Amino acid sequence: MIVTATVLTSCLKLLLIPAYRSTDFEVHRNWLAITHSLPLKQWYFEETSQWTLDYPPLFAWFEYLMSFIAVLLDPQMLNVKNINYSSDNTVLFQRLSVIFTDLIYTLGVYMCCSALQKSWRKDVVLPILLITNCGLLMVDHIHFQYNGIMYGILLISIAYMIQDRFLWSAFWFTVLLNMKHIYIYMAPAYFIYLLRHYCIGGPLNFKSICSVGTLKNLGLLGSIVLGIFIATFLPFHDHIPQVISRLFPFKRGLCHAYWAPNVWAIYNIGDKIGFYLVSKIGGNSTTPEIASMTGGLVRETAHSFLPDVPPVATMALTALFMAPAMVKLFLLDRRAAHFVRCLVVCALTSFLFGWHVHEKAILMAIIPLSILSIMESNDARIFLILSTVGHYSLFPLLFPTSLLLVKVFLLLLYTLYAFHSLFKLYPLSICKYSLPLLNPFESMYLLGLIGVFLYENVVHSILGFDKRFPFLPLMITSVYCAVGVIYCWINYYIYFLKYNGMHVKSKINKNKSL
Amino acid sequence: MFCKISCETWLVIFGTLLAILLRTCTSLHSHSGESTPPMYGDYEAQRHWMEITVNLPINQWYQNSTDNNLGYWGLDYPPLTAYHMYACGKIAEFLNENYTRLHDSRGYESEAHKIFMRWTVLICDVVVYLPALIVYYFSTVENENSKNIELGAKKKKQKVHKSLNEIRPMSVSLSTILALLYPGIILIDHGHFQYNCVSLGFLIVATTCLLHKHNIFASIFFCLALNYKQMELYHALPFFFYLLSTCVAKPGQNTIWGVMRLVKIGLTVIMAFGIIWSPFLYNLEDLLQVLHRQFPLARGVFEDKVSNIWCALNIVFKFKTRFDNLDMMRVCLFSTLLALFPSCADLFLRPNLKKFVLALINSSLAFFLFSFQVHEKSILLVAIPVLLYFPYSPFPCFWFLCMSVFSMTPLLIKDNLNIAVMALTTMYIVSFRVSVEHAYRSSLNTQDGLIEYYCSLLHSLLDVEYKKTSRYDLLKVTFQQISKNSEAIRTLVFHAAMFMSLLGCICLYFANLLLKPPDRYPDLYPLLISVYSCLHFLGFFLYFNVKQLRIPQQFDEIKHVKIKSS
Repeated sequence: MIVTATVLTSCLKLLLIPAYRSTDFEVHRNWLAITHSLPLKQWYFEETSQWTLDYPPLFAWFEYLMSFIAVLLDPQMLNVKNINYSSDNTVLFQRLSVIFTDLIYTLGVYMCCSALQKSWRKDVVLPILLITNCGLLMVDHIHFQYNGIMYGILLISIAYMIQDRFLWSAFWFTVLLNMKHIYIYMAPAYFIYLLRHYCIGGPLNFKSICSVGTLKNLGLLGSIVLGIFIATFLPFHDHIPQVISRLFPFKRGLCHAYWAPNVWAIYNIGDKIGFYLVSKIGGNSTTPEIASMTGGLVRETAHSFLPDVPPVATMALTALFMAPAMVKLFLLDRRAAHFVRCLVVCALTSFLFGWHVHEKAILMAIIPLSILSIMESNDARIFLILSTVGHYSLFPLLFPTSLLLVKVFLLLLYTLYAFHSLFKLYPLSICKYSLPLLNPFESMYLLGLIGVFLYENVVHSILGFDKRFPFLPLMITSVYCAVGVIYCWINYYIYFLKYNGMHVKSKINKNKSL
Repeated sequence: MFCKISCETWLVIFGTLLAILLRTCTSLHSHSGESTPPMYGDYEAQRHWMEITVNLPINQWYQNSTDNNLGYWGLDYPPLTAYHMYACGKIAEFLNENYTRLHDSRGYESEAHKIFMRWTVLICDVVVYLPALIVYYFSTVENENSKNIELGAKKKKQKVHKSLNEIRPMSVSLSTILALLYPGIILIDHGHFQYNCVSLGFLIVATTCLLHKHNIFASIFFCLALNYKQMELYHALPFFFYLLSTCVAKPGQNTIWGVMRLVKIGLTVIMAFGIIWSPFLYNLEDLLQVLHRQFPLARGVFEDKVSNIWCALNIVFKFKTRFDNLDMMRVCLFSTLLALFPSCADLFLRPNLKKFVLALINSSLAFFLFSFQVHEKSILLVAIPVLLYFPYSPFPCFWFLCMSVFSMTPLLIKDNLNIAVMALTTMYIVSFRVSVEHAYRSSLNTQDGLIEYYCSLLHSLLDVEYKKTSRYDLLKVTFQQISKNSEAIRTLVFHAAMFMSLLGCICLYFANLLLKPPDRYPDLYPLLISVYSCLHFLGFFLYFNVKQLRIPQQFDEIKHVKIKSS
């Protein structure tokens, strides 16, 4: 099943080769050029193109390796001066490189599936849900990024965690961190789980905490993690501050050009409304550019009514909201499902409160959640809402009209399949006036997405608002999706905190006896 | 409502969505003649027709004039295409006047225009072709399917080694999905750019009506198909002969009743044609000009490399230089009629609804192989009836469908559609494999894959007790064992042949794509491809003919009437 799904999905990916590419395509081509043609010392200093290398060293090494294949196809693409170069062979090479590195993702899916208990749901449903994930298709194969390999490594690490092979799991996660540092948001869950169940193997008491075994395990774990960091950063040892400054560009502003559907989208809209009301009442409208937040380049923007949010505040909020989950994870017993749940909570929390969050980051929550969705019906329920909303919120990434139908059918196919298969897994849920597994309000909310879509693509231009309020559709999309993501987050958080591993099963039994 | 839909239906829904998704993805690729002035390609032809029909009065559409240079993609399809282009052209004009401006819009290409054009095809496809296929499968295949499943259940107990050929018909939903995923029409309509889905969709609707014995509707829809593309003439004879055979009085029927039926059908056809052609009927010259445009004799027996007899024989005998067009046309006409004869005569003399689809295949294949002025795209006209026959014998049909895509590859390579060809064909082959495995598993109730199946076939052939026999006897016993399991050996040989032939296709395809032909023969690979597929098509022609002739006449209709009259 995995092989078939991979082959079929790869065919679809091949078909998407000539599709629209975002600037990320040029970004990655430029990195290929930088790593291939410049000495190592200049990798993080080079700034001919505005797209400077801002991924950790291991990814730079990855690009460096790929450039050796690239040179066979078209040496011109490896010239740093060739900005916005995209010959046919360049496109082919870059697209194919994503398709082939996705094999790592398939490997991850395979390892995850074989790590779970044997049942048909993980033989059929889980591979399809993971491999055909439409978010990855949109972000990697249309928009252009290398998320497939990253999530593949994440899944490998999760698979090892499920098998209780902690050191391997830590090893792969560290590798992942060194490929793309955004996964640092998941690190707390890893840290706590490994600390509790690997380092402190036994029951929670003073004796086991202070035992020699704990220290030994801690040392082993620490040496692996630090070892990888040192190994990848060592070649750059004389300019580490420069690398760090490239990796964490805080100048980029609270929100991305298009607001990711998180708390700050709501905050921004509150700011706009507040400003509008104040100017109406006060009358002294200074009319700042109302579209300043939604259009154009990445830059710092100022709020006009509510106070500006400094990066520290976002970090503090993220840490604050992660803390209860960490405590809970520390206290729970050793089951990988708890760990994966906590990963999802971490990903969602950071997505909601993080600084300059990209809408693509929602995949960090959706992909681990798909593993859980085949385990219990509540996970499945949240998965359905979150995947639908999350993938919908990726739509603005693919703005060209030629992709309109492609993205709609991708989402429709994936969502329908998810609903269909999960409904078959949990057939007990009542669904007279609602979608399966959901309650009527949630169904209404999800069906409302159709309305949002229609407004964005049809009604908006019919009403003639496209000149006066060009930002409105994107604003509505991100705020509408933000509501859904926040709802999922609250629900899932409460579910996680209340979780004791028992109540769901008893519910199913009750239903069966009826 | 969500829970009540059965799994099978869901499968079809997913298949349909996937089919549409593939079509939209293919439409991102390049179209024929993209930015290649001065003549461009079929895309420009269709756009040009929109320009002509919107700007000129209706009787000027087919006339050569200063505003309508027929040398530059003159309209050469029947009026229904012209009306369709008119409707599309009106929309295009509404969207952007530059799309259809007379003279100035020649070779107009832009991103927005491409999206518009692609959408018009997609809408036709979704409105006509996809529903037609789905309705066909669900209304005509299902009835027989349930019967056969019962039969199959009985057989299963008797035989352990059922051949894959016998696992049929394939489940309706699976064959529907496979039909929707057929790459040929996706590549030509959404890649190369044409509107084949309209006429082929009408053809499927007509066939469905006929199989349900709604003869009047069948003839109306066939008239629509024929008036959309005159190439539908490839299918006209089976329709004609079958409908005629229903009008012949059978024993126990009244002759007048038969004549009445004939008159009814005849009137329907004349009315349909009259309505469609009405704007051109006022003037005989107009009419003749329109007719003349449909059948351009001057274009020669074939243009590019086509996988038919004439192109293949052209290697040894240069028809194009030895004969002039008129002689060549006579030769073509004669040989086509000869090739058509067995299947048409059989259909007329021993009518049976079950052989109707086969007769469609045979007639269109005969036209494709032997007739005058054939395009490589015309293989689609054969492929569609084969798609309709697919559930009854999946393997030969699958083989044929792959060959049909292969025979069009030189054209598709020219259009720069390599990636789409590879992706869609791989997808189709893999889906076929999966569904065969699924059918095999569900009919034998096992978890084994195909490999185990082939192993078991081999095992049954070579299951000889070696120790007991001497050397001479060993051969004899093996031979006996093999002859006992003739079904198994036939299956194995057939599958091996199919596998080898498809492997040959892949090799030739990549040779054509990657290798440089020798300087003396620049067309070497396209020619090899067309000869290779022509040989296959000949084989298929024989196979489908035999298959049709083997089906006996249908008598139940006669019995039914007899009871009524008595």
